[in-house]
Amino acid sequence: MFEGILLGLSTALSFKNLIMVMAGCLIGTFIGMLPGLGPMSIIAIMIPVAINVGDPAAALIMLAGVYYGAIFGGSTSSILINAPGVAGTVATSFDGYPLARKGQAGKALAIAAICSFAGGTVGAVLLFGFAPALATVALLFHSAEYFALMVVGLSAIAAFAGTGQVAKALLMTVVGLMMATVGESALFNAPRFTMGIQDLQSGFSFITLAMAIFALPEAFHMVLDPRRSKRGEAAGGEIKGLMITKEEAKKIAPVVGRQSIQGFLIGVMPGAGATIASFLGYAVERNIAKGEEQEEFGKGSIKGLAAPETANNAACTGSFVPLLTLGIPGSGTTAILLGALIALNVAPGPRLMIDRPEIFWAVIVSMYIGNLILLILNLPLIPYIAKVLAVPRNYLIPFILFFTLMGSYIGQNNATELLILVGLGVFATIMRFADYPLAPLLIGFILGGMMENNFARAVNITDGVSFMWERPGTLLLLIIGVVLIFLPAWRRRRAFARERALARRRGVADGS
Amino acid sequence: MALDRLVALVFLIVSLVYGYAAFTYPLLPFERNMAVLPSTLPMALSVLGVVLSVLIMVSPRPKVAEGGLGEIGLETVRGFKLGQTLGLVAAMIAYAVLLRPIGFLAATSLFIVVSAVALGERKFAVLVPIAVSTAVAIWYLVQETLGIFLRPWPSFLS
Repeated sequence: MFEGILLGLSTALSFKNLIMVMAGCLIGTFIGMLPGLGPMSIIAIMIPVAINVGDPAAALIMLAGVYYGAIFGGSTSSILINAPGVAGTVATSFDGYPLARKGQAGKALAIAAICSFAGGTVGAVLLFGFAPALATVALLFHSAEYFALMVVGLSAIAAFAGTGQVAKALLMTVVGLMMATVGESALFNAPRFTMGIQDLQSGFSFITLAMAIFALPEAFHMVLDPRRSKRGEAAGGEIKGLMITKEEAKKIAPVVGRQSIQGFLIGVMPGAGATIASFLGYAVERNIAKGEEQEEFGKGSIKGLAAPETANNAACTGSFVPLLTLGIPGSGTTAILLGALIALNVAPGPRLMIDRPEIFWAVIVSMYIGNLILLILNLPLIPYIAKVLAVPRNYLIPFILFFTLMGSYIGQNNATELLILVGLGVFATIMRFADYPLAPLLIGFILGGMMENNFARAVNITDGVSFMWERPGTLLLLIIGVVLIFLPAWRRRRAFARERALARRRGVADGS
Repeated sequence: MALDRLVALVFLIVSLVYGYAAFTYPLLPFERNMAVLPSTLPMALSVLGVVLSVLIMVSPRPKVAEGGLGEIGLETVRGFKLGQTLGLVAAMIAYAVLLRPIGFLAATSLFIVVSAVALGERKFAVLVPIAVSTAVAIWYLVQETLGIFLRPWPSFLS
């Protein structure tokens, strides 16, 4: 393991990779601040650039930097203008925006930066321990277990979908899987379901899909509903007073400690991610805070700001664990990263640590470096960075649209791709208004091909589907998968039953 | 009908069409003996798609999820700037069609100018220089730094 860390350090600390992580963090922060552009959109836009970097370690380091930068940038817009660009920073605005309105925007941003750093750092340390251990276990996996693992990854989507959203999330996953079957595949001899369109011969392009379902709906939504891109009064104002007092530091230290560990563990679970971690972190801290402090939550409590900020960064780091060790994306963002890795000719999964240790360790080390850079680069730059918020909407939207078009065109060098992009973008915008989650579609699209390949391989090896119950590992994973699908329904039924029992008891007490 | 049900209906139709294509998939002669056919997964998927979309259509309407918009009635859509959005979509389609024939520089400058005008920008003295310089800068970055060929001029010039 220490060899690994050294190898990672030597790769991550090379001049080129340091530039990459710095560039990634800066770009991520700047773009992440623009309301409506979350990490998924930004990473999707940056993928063509990353692929052209060529060196997978450098590319992944840059993308990870963009990810962190975007989360931090998202907190900035949440705090300053109450317009969270990302679901993961919605909880930040609960207390961050009230602080900013009290004239403590500088302090709020500093707390956000420090807590993000602390959360990311603890996350990185845990990742050092977790990832290699999990990768060692995962090395025992055969194609049968891989297939089962993909099933778990896909059904985890259901477990973490909101109430009443389970069927929708599953349907979107199935649509993603259907889209994955279009075009050529490694196993079969003829391209499938191309409807005679030549440009679909090689299937849907992952980059086009990612841009179309994340970046375009955001942009269209901003056009459709101008309120969404409205700016608050704090945007133009001066930002001063970044200092945090000693008492305040003492107050948030335990919050940071608890939330970094909790956030990381939530991030590790496939399907959960920064959003759930930040809301849960906020809720937990509010519940355990005492009297007066609890009152303050929602009105500008620094604890309420520290909790989601720490938790979402720790969860970001945690979400890299399933990605790097099992090759399973736990969130939309890591799904995009997985696609980028495959495009760079790196197969993520347990073999990654053995086959390409320099990538594995360099990414882990660079996460820590990325957090450090965010802290030292962004803290002094906060007042200037906030100026980005002044870009007028009439320029912002055309540029976002242009960058999505460009990204999709560069990837394929094919103008039909642009038409597919626009079509999918309109489709995704409608989906969004119909309240269908879009991340499952992308996860399904990415895992679809792998699932089919591993299933076919396992069937060929064992000559039938008996591997599903004969291999204990496979059986266990498949059971977990089934449980995950039915967990939400069971939970709902239990809650329903409890409510009814309560109602009945109350009815008896009333004598009616 | 609420938009989400309508979407589910569309997906039901898509799943049925996809299922038809999967169940009548023309296998190559030597593919018939394979353990897993090219149509195995698609058949399963189409069944799942049908089941799930029907489930969404018949299940009682859930409470609106946080951050979601819920029922999209005419009232909400009326407040939306549909015209602007359709204008932008048209501009993107035009960009896709024109990119090859009129070249990257002209197409990009035009796209940025047209879409900004569609959004209500009228300061051409600022807009046009920004659009043109962006087009040139991006072309230079992509061509020189990333090494990807982008035809800058209209096709009859090169």
